[in-house]
Amino acid sequence: MCLGIPGQIIAITDAERMAALAEVSGVRREVNVACVAEGPLEALVGQWVLIHVGFAMSLIDEDEAAKTLEALRDLGEAQEALEQMAAGDAALEGRA
Amino acid sequence: MKFASEFRDPALAKALLAEIARTADEIGATKQKPVSIMEICGGHTHSIFRYGLDRLIHDGIEFIHGPGCPVCVLPRARVDECIEIAQKPGVVFCTFGDAMRVPGSKLSLLQAKAAGADVRMVYSPLDALEIARRSPEKEVVFFGLGFETTTPSTALAIAQAAREGLTNFTVFCNHITVPEPIKALLDDPHMCLDGFIGPGHVSMVIGIHPYDFIAEDYGKPIVVAGFEPTDLLQSVLMVLRQIAEGVARVENQYARVVPEHGNTVSLAAMAEVYEKRPSFEWRGLGEIDASGLRIRDKYRAFDAEEKFGIGYAGVRAVVEEAEGCACGAVMTGRMKPPACPQFGKGCTPEMPLGALMVSSEGACAAYWQYGGARAAE
Repeated sequence: MCLGIPGQIIAITDAERMAALAEVSGVRREVNVACVAEGPLEALVGQWVLIHVGFAMSLIDEDEAAKTLEALRDLGEAQEALEQMAAGDAALEGRA
Repeated sequence: MKFASEFRDPALAKALLAEIARTADEIGATKQKPVSIMEICGGHTHSIFRYGLDRLIHDGIEFIHGPGCPVCVLPRARVDECIEIAQKPGVVFCTFGDAMRVPGSKLSLLQAKAAGADVRMVYSPLDALEIARRSPEKEVVFFGLGFETTTPSTALAIAQAAREGLTNFTVFCNHITVPEPIKALLDDPHMCLDGFIGPGHVSMVIGIHPYDFIAEDYGKPIVVAGFEPTDLLQSVLMVLRQIAEGVARVENQYARVVPEHGNTVSLAAMAEVYEKRPSFEWRGLGEIDASGLRIRDKYRAFDAEEKFGIGYAGVRAVVEEAEGCACGAVMTGRMKPPACPQFGKGCTPEMPLGALMVSSEGACAAYWQYGGARAAE
C-alpha cells in the first residue's frame, strides 16, 4: 500500500469529484487527482503521475528524472574511463 | 513503467557499486567496522533484498532496516480492536490487503472474516466510501493505516464524506508519522547509525525539511531516495560522500517525485482533518510522543474510535507480543531476522507469528523471500 505506481492520465471523468482515468501498465482505473491539480484539470491529461491507493500523489518531473539519469550516466562514463585507464596501466606493465 | 528501466540499468549499477567501494575504502569502512546506514522505509528494505543490493555492495556497508513498514509497527492490541469493530452487527470493515494477515492476540482480520465478520479488502479509501454510499443500512469502517504517504488519502475521503453528509462512514485512524520514531531511535543510547536513506513517498507528501533535525541536531547525513536499484545505490553513495567530507545534510536523490516542500494539497488535507495524538504505541518501540494522528473534533462524526468507544477513546488493553517473537529487536536494528529463534520455524509468511513476516515490506518477509541462502550464512 505504500509503494506507488506510475500511471498516465488519460481523461478527466468527473471534475466535481476530482476524478480522472489513468492508465497503469495497460490497465485503466479511476484515480483522484486533487493532490496534483494546480491549474485547470484538463492540463493533467497526458501527464505521468505516481499513484498511491487510488490517488495521484505526485507529478513525475521528467526534467528531474533526466537530470538524475544524466548524473548517473556521467558516473558510468567516468567509471568506464577509469576501467580503460586501469586496463591501459595493466597493459603497460605487461600484465595484460 | 515510466523511468523504471532506466533506473535499473546494470551498467549504471556497476559504476555506482565501484564508486561506493572506492568511497567506503576512503573512509575506512570494513566488514568488522562497517558504516551503518538505516533505510527507514519498508519499501526500500524490499528493494534492497529484491535486487540483492546488500550482497552486491562493499562489505563495509551495513543496511539497518528501519521501522518504516506501517503494518509491522502495529501493536497486536490494535489488530484486536479492528476485529472487535469488524464483529459488530451491521459493520462492513474495509482494509488495505497488507493488514489482513497481521496476527492479533487471537485472530487476524482474515481469520475473523472466515469466522463470519464482514471484512473487505479494498484498494483505496475511496472504495470504502463507495460501499458506504451504496449500503446506507451498513456501518462502513475504513482501517486508516500508514505513514504520511497514505494519510492524505483518508483525510480526503473523510472530507468528501463530510461534504456528502454521509452518516455511515468512519475511519479507524492508526496513521503514524516518520520523523518522531527516527528521533526516538537517535535518542536510544544503544543505537549507532552513521546515516539514513530517507523515505521517498513519505517525503513526496511532507517534503525534505522535516528531516533537518537529523542533520542539524544529530549530525547524521540523510538522503531521500527513490525505489529503483540505482536510486538506492546513488543514495548510499551520497551518504558516504557526506561522511567522507565530514558534513551532514538533507539531500534529495528522488527529485523527480519529491518536491522540496512536499505536496501542498496533501499537507492541507492532513492538517484540516487530523491532529497529533499526545503519544502512540509502536510495536517494538513502545509509546512515542506525538508519533500518531487522530481525527479532529470537527470531524468526530467520522471517527470510529468515538463512534464505537474503542482504541484511544476506550479502555486500552495491554497485549504482550507473541512468545518468542523478536520483532521488536529486529525493528530497532538490534537483531537480524535469521537470528530470531522463530524465523522460518514458528514464523513463516504462510503462518506468521510477528508482523515483520506478514508484509512484503517487513524485514523478515524480505529475508525469507529473497534470502533462503542468506539466512543460512
